Amino acid sequence: MFEALSERLQEVFRRLRGRGRLGEAEVQEAMREVRLALLEADVNFKVVKDFVARVRERAVGSEVLESLTPGQTVVKIVHEELIALLGGAASGLSVSPRPPTVVLLAGLQGSGKTTTTAKLALVLRRGGKRPLMVAADLQRPAAVEQLAALARQLELAVFLPRPGDTPLTAARAGLREADRLGSDTVLVDTAGRLQVDEALMEELAELRRELRPHEVLLVVDAMTGQEAVAVAETFDRRLGIDGIVLTKLDGDARGGAALSVRAVTGKPIKFVGTGEKADALEVFHPDRLASRILGMGDVLTLIERAQAGVDLRQAREMERKLRKNQLNLQDFLDQLRQMRRMGPLDQFVSMLPGAAKLKGLQVDEGQLTRMEAIINSMTPRERSEPGIIDGSRRKRIAAGSGTKVQDVNRLLRQFDQTRKLLRNVSEPGRRGRFPFPLP
Amino acid sequence: MAGMLERFRRGLDRTRQGLTDKVKALVSAHRAVDEELYEALEEILLGADVGVATTQELLGRVRDGMCRGQDSAAVLPALGEEVRAVLGPDEAMREEPGGLLVVLVVGVNGGGKTTTCGKLAWRYRREGKEVVLAAADTFRAAAAEQLSVWGERTGATVVRGQDGSDPAAVAYDAVRAARARGADVLLVDTAGRLHTKVNLMEELKKVRRVLAREDAAFPQEVLLVLDATVGQNGLQQARLFREAVGVTGVALTKLDGTARGGVVLAVRRELALPVKLVGLGEGPEDLQDFRRDDFTAALFGRSTA
Repeated sequence: MFEALSERLQEVFRRLRGRGRLGEAEVQEAMREVRLALLEADVNFKVVKDFVARVRERAVGSEVLESLTPGQTVVKIVHEELIALLGGAASGLSVSPRPPTVVLLAGLQGSGKTTTTAKLALVLRRGGKRPLMVAADLQRPAAVEQLAALARQLELAVFLPRPGDTPLTAARAGLREADRLGSDTVLVDTAGRLQVDEALMEELAELRRELRPHEVLLVVDAMTGQEAVAVAETFDRRLGIDGIVLTKLDGDARGGAALSVRAVTGKPIKFVGTGEKADALEVFHPDRLASRILGMGDVLTLIERAQAGVDLRQAREMERKLRKNQLNLQDFLDQLRQMRRMGPLDQFVSMLPGAAKLKGLQVDEGQLTRMEAIINSMTPRERSEPGIIDGSRRKRIAAGSGTKVQDVNRLLRQFDQTRKLLRNVSEPGRRGRFPFPLP
Repeated sequence: MAGMLERFRRGLDRTRQGLTDKVKALVSAHRAVDEELYEALEEILLGADVGVATTQELLGRVRDGMCRGQDSAAVLPALGEEVRAVLGPDEAMREEPGGLLVVLVVGVNGGGKTTTCGKLAWRYRREGKEVVLAAADTFRAAAAEQLSVWGERTGATVVRGQDGSDPAAVAYDAVRAARARGADVLLVDTAGRLHTKVNLMEELKKVRRVLAREDAAFPQEVLLVLDATVGQNGLQQARLFREAVGVTGVALTKLDGTARGGVVLAVRRELALPVKLVGLGEGPEDLQDFRRDDFTAALFGRSTA
């Protein structure tokens, strides 16, 4: 995600950094480019206008002109404003002092409320909570069955409405059920609705008044365009939302919606959905995303994911190797295996600094299996010293893994690319591409 | 087809009034075209998700066509004409008189594929046609149940497989069932998938291959369901789905809000894919044929009507 925006901004910055002094004309030119980059990423045009105006004001001010590295300073301003736009640090769910904590999920049709409800319940259970999901979407055919099926698959508690229930009576009965079960968190899945549908918005407002949820989460599809602003504004005005969940971030959405909704509501993005699997929901870190958009990588999330998938010691070892650039093929294999637990490889790569430049590194799951087989067919020495793998060894490895020599070559090439990439991580400031120290 | 225009406008009137008012104020006889007007038009187009490139091209052409000092009143009709030109002539859904029309419905998650299948079934049933619905979305929990509800509502036959089973197998069974019943239309609902997921796109290609093996003409229509609230990502969706399964047309859903689905301009301009259907509401009768004149008028509010 955000690759396109990231690429364009980095291009602008590359040109800026090359200059000794910056006059107003250069800044104007750069701001035009920033504006186009944001618009193409589907950031709302009003939000873009304000953002560019703020950056421009600071950029033509003394802050830049007095700086010895004006280009760098402009980048810093954009970075800071981007973080401000996305909202500072991460904020999880707020918890009621008197359980159960009631969470209401609302949004347009197809934004992913039901899936998010189940994912959120899973996150909560992993955090030691006892969530109960309540199916209050009585609009879409089979929405209740969908939540029930997800509950079965994931072994989560769910409350289903009885015939004749309205969303409100269903939710109330769900709360009673939570008391009976001793659930500490109740997640209420509501029907999708258009923000211009007065009757349905009123139904939702009533649900809010009667249930008094501690959190109202607006679920927004990351691929939403300019409409995101109208949606967020109306839901916030009618319901008073507390936070936003951004879904379907695992595609190539440019993510402008994230910037827009946060900017117009001032409410934090709390979670992001990053895949079809039930555990693909993460706490949102605005500061990290800003770094990612500016091409500075997101090593923190990378390491966190590794920690979720492997034990801490292994993760530290990995981090050390990443920094010292001592990665060998055995680590590569370990990574491959962990990655299949952590999520797709392209996501992994996208979190590395400068990743936008590495477009060719797209791998599908079948290829991962082949890669695993290839490394499995190598001797320990070959794994630690890939340099010794000559033509005849390649032939043997290919035969042993049931692949072709070209496959072996490709793997070695990809490994090499990864290593080169990591060298950039470990040497910040190299070729001036990564202006900020790694966290 | 006043319906489409009216419904568009209802959404528009609520939220975009400010913008069209601004244009209205700038557009009047005896007032020369100025940069302020072009800027306002740019905002309307960008705000409708038309996208930077298409917006600049449209406005560029309008500028070229304008004479110096011309009345600003001439600008909106000129822009409307350019939009109509990009959209091209209206194209209806293909027909297969006397044979089986197979429609494969594809798109990303949450776009409204299942609902579109249901509404299409309703529409063909109302024309007196025998319809079979194939629940080839075997991934999303209860997707087949959702389609079954539509089957009951419309009297279409629903063919389904086990949850998690091979969607291509469901499609195969559905063709057999459709033939056995002498059905006129087979609508194949598929699981939502992000266009960037290589393996899921392969799965979709297989569904298409299985259909084509039954008859090289199948599927006569591959409908890409695009959510009208989608931004510039819609273009990439269209591009990748077209590459994978040869999309023949777009169904633009959920146009009854305030969104205007302007990305279809880019989809038509860059990929030559026509919009065939629009979803304008929750009722089954709200899935209608696309009309570029209504769409164009709605894009700018009342000013061009």
